[in-house]
Amino acid sequence: MEFGLTEEQRLLQQSLAGFLAAACPLDRVRAAADAGDTRPSDIWDGLRDLGIHGALIPEAYGGVGLSLLDAAIIAECLGAAAAPVPFTATAVMAPAALLAAGSEAQREAWLPRMAAGDAVVAVAVTEHVGAREGAGVEAVAGRLRGKAMFVLDGAAAQACIVADTAGALHLVLGEHVEATALPTIDRTRAVTALQFDDTPAEPLPGAAGQGEALQATIDAGRVALAADTLGAAQAMFDKAVEYAKERRQFNRVIGSFQAVKHLCAEMAAALEPCRALVWYAAHAQQAIPDEARAMACHAKAHLGEAGRFIARTATEVHGGMGFTDLLGLHYWFKRIGWNRQMLGAPELVRQEAAAAQGWVAAP
Amino acid sequence: MLLSHSPEHEAFRAEVREFIEAHGHQAPPAFGRRGPPDERARQWQRLLIEHGYAARSIPKEYGGYGAEPDILKSHIIAEEFGNADILGGHDGDNRLVPTLLELGTEEQKRAYIAPTVRGDMLWCQGYSEPGSGSDLASLATKAHVDGDEFVINGQKIWTSGAHYADMMFCLVRTEPDAPKHQGISYLLFPMDTPGIEVRPLVTMTGEATFNEVFFTDVRVPTSQIVGKRGEGWFVANATLKHERGGLGDPNVAENRFRRIVAMMTNETLDGRPLMEHPAYRDRLLKLQGQMLAMKFNGMRVLSHAIKGEEAGLPRWIVKLNGCELNHQMDALAIDLLGELGTLYPAAGVAPDPTDANPHLRDAGAWQQRYMLDLGLIIGGGTAQIQKNMIGERALGLPKEPKAAQRQEGAA
Repeated sequence: MEFGLTEEQRLLQQSLAGFLAAACPLDRVRAAADAGDTRPSDIWDGLRDLGIHGALIPEAYGGVGLSLLDAAIIAECLGAAAAPVPFTATAVMAPAALLAAGSEAQREAWLPRMAAGDAVVAVAVTEHVGAREGAGVEAVAGRLRGKAMFVLDGAAAQACIVADTAGALHLVLGEHVEATALPTIDRTRAVTALQFDDTPAEPLPGAAGQGEALQATIDAGRVALAADTLGAAQAMFDKAVEYAKERRQFNRVIGSFQAVKHLCAEMAAALEPCRALVWYAAHAQQAIPDEARAMACHAKAHLGEAGRFIARTATEVHGGMGFTDLLGLHYWFKRIGWNRQMLGAPELVRQEAAAAQGWVAAP
Repeated sequence: MLLSHSPEHEAFRAEVREFIEAHGHQAPPAFGRRGPPDERARQWQRLLIEHGYAARSIPKEYGGYGAEPDILKSHIIAEEFGNADILGGHDGDNRLVPTLLELGTEEQKRAYIAPTVRGDMLWCQGYSEPGSGSDLASLATKAHVDGDEFVINGQKIWTSGAHYADMMFCLVRTEPDAPKHQGISYLLFPMDTPGIEVRPLVTMTGEATFNEVFFTDVRVPTSQIVGKRGEGWFVANATLKHERGGLGDPNVAENRFRRIVAMMTNETLDGRPLMEHPAYRDRLLKLQGQMLAMKFNGMRVLSHAIKGEEAGLPRWIVKLNGCELNHQMDALAIDLLGELGTLYPAAGVAPDPTDANPHLRDAGAWQQRYMLDLGLIIGGGTAQIQKNMIGERALGLPKEPKAAQRQEGAA
């Protein structure tokens, strides 16, 4: 038994963190956010060279063929850097959907381009988690009608995988549908709304039936968002502890005051077990099918809660500086807040976790 | 991530399961109100030692099973007994026995370990004093040497089980002129030694789980010291380390969680199972998320331990988080029961299944645990002391300046 990362996984973590430290410092995040650029080519191309876009894509399709735990490690690094790049949909959920339910032709058409960083594939499944403003997409005779909101990685996507109200999945070309940007609090990632008006779409043939492919796609995305929050919260926590060791008041560093020290200890106590939960949930998606659903829900919900606590507490430890734009802590604060709501806020996913364990009927 | 075990360990797990299936019915109840072990508990413990499921790695000559230490096998035993909801064994006293094994003389090991692991010799810990709680090293109970005896005078408090214990391991100040950490000695003596007075301290649970213990010219042979004079603080720290590892055990939390799930399935409110009430269900699921995070954190700590590595932060947080989690689960159980959750047996009365109040659930254990677990948040290093340790030792934040230095700074 070995509950932890392999040597290869630690190396992946180190090389990616090293790249992001150099290529994506706060100034770069700020510049991209100010320009509304959620895919700066320097970072995107660097990630391609590290094999990040094709992490989950099998080697036969030009990818690296890693596991969802590896993808979670990548998401954690991206969250830690508040990296302004598409990932959750195009590198985790879309490959998961295509591999679970796509035809061979669809896989061959898209996976190699995605792995090479030449195509971004968005994912529109929000209405399946919880529909707002009556949104939803109907499939009628091979065409889609209706509206999808909060489409992940939706900016400048070459294609989108769309869930209809029956739980089937469809592939829609970017040129066939109009995307409206939905500017959110988090300027490091893009979400859009898509309006479908008898839009041509190709079904993913394996996604009929009970919606297992859709569910597995959503769960993979939840694990990735939980891991992103883990990284972002760890970054905020590290900055807070560092600040508490440097900032002096009353002739002492503030970290020597128990009022501040205990905030740091509470953050450590909340954050550290999250790491093991994210690892286990990611591992379970592929290795422990019986637990996969409940664990994805728990990772998403628990990291949503712990992330919110750490985001506010780390900001508080920084005092007035934490509240400023200058320090830039807010990029991580907002990223954690965004992750909490996407693909189901804690209250919603906990109900799914109860159903997944057979304690109540599915919501 | 490799969660499977070697064939040797899987075979061992099968053996444990077989044992539980064959003998589990002889075990005392796993969940109920706490108290001293009775004859049935002692018999069960002897059976467990015989099969290597208690006192497993304690050498045979000291009454243990004498197996090579194998952290994973110990974990499998705990896990299987927990999953089967069968009371597991113990290693005697998890603070004293490791200390004696590490630092005791051969005579001390032979005299004390075997009866202790069998449950025939019960110990209490004489550490805390009215003026020395979190700042334990400031303790004032003193002992001077007169011939070949220590003569002890002073007072201990929060002494669990002193009213039924046979023996005490006790910290006393033997070198009054030495710096506070270097003036302490670690002594062992019978509770019936003349000059010891035990006054039970009735706690909020209605029972006397703690005591005040008064010493008036208590004479103890100088051979009853563990380690050397003035080294008691370091001897005791070996035991504090063991106690800290035990409090907040994720297996306990998982076991308790399962009981709550069963309660929510079986108990009804307005004719519907509690599980169907969304507000309660959300609390359950929230706690499950926390419980799972601590369970997997425990597996991570275990992986480090198997490799002989120090886990660091994942281990530092176990006591703080685990005790808080248990307390929140007790709170949920009481809330689930509502008015029924307030029922409680008459103070100090041991549970008697034949005389049970038909409305009482689990012999009132949830209310008792709710209070005892608050005690455990305070005991074994308060939550606030835990946060200091996490902040200072794990995160490297500076200690609070000493009052004297502060005054100098101000002057």
